[in-house]
Amino acid sequence: MAIEVRIPTILRTYTDGEKAVPGAGVTLGDLITDLEVRHPGLRERLVDDAGLRRFVNVYLDDEDVRFLGGLETPLPESAVVTILPAVAGG
Amino acid sequence: MLEIPADILESIIAHARQDHPDEACGIVAGPAATGRAERFISMINAARSPTFYEFDSLDLLRLYRELDDRDEVPVVIYHSHTATEAYPSRTDISFASEPGAHYLLVSTRDCGNDEGPVEVRSYRIIDGEVTEEPVEVIGAA
Repeated sequence: MAIEVRIPTILRTYTDGEKAVPGAGVTLGDLITDLEVRHPGLRERLVDDAGLRRFVNVYLDDEDVRFLGGLETPLPESAVVTILPAVAGG
Repeated sequence: MLEIPADILESIIAHARQDHPDEACGIVAGPAATGRAERFISMINAARSPTFYEFDSLDLLRLYRELDDRDEVPVVIYHSHTATEAYPSRTDISFASEPGAHYLLVSTRDCGNDEGPVEVRSYRIIDGEVTEEPVEVIGAA
């Protein structure tokens, strides 16, 4: 299984500065659990009690996972998961 | 300090006037190597709100892929306030997720959609700390 996870600048403190890290998981939720093992603290930036955090965008290849199943989104053998914090404000 | 070409600043202000009373938003991209503000990119405010802005999630993905392909970064992230001053709100501060960017704020509270006074100020927002910086307009007519 080869999932490449692209990490935004603001979360690279959890990956020793790396902008892409490998991961594995049958679902997105599993992948995040897997990432947490090597990058402790990352999970909490992505997930809250309700699921994926509202203002963190996660994409499976070209699609926003909100439209695919959120944390339950099944992952193929090989894919690129991209994380981008929302650009937002008031 | 933010150095910004006059024509780009004009485009940002025009965007803010046009979208009033909704908040306008967008970025100015520039080469990762120099961090110079070079390429104006207006974005759609998916929230269409007078008090909130958000880039649509797929617009955001396309944007960041394009920046990546061109070796660019978001040098300036701009948005407008339509009824309050050009100072970052608590929401702006908590959502600021590009520590390298200049956060440019435009207030259209005095001009609305018309030609009239507009307030433009720039800030760095890093780890929840706001620092205002001077705006130097390059090549002003």
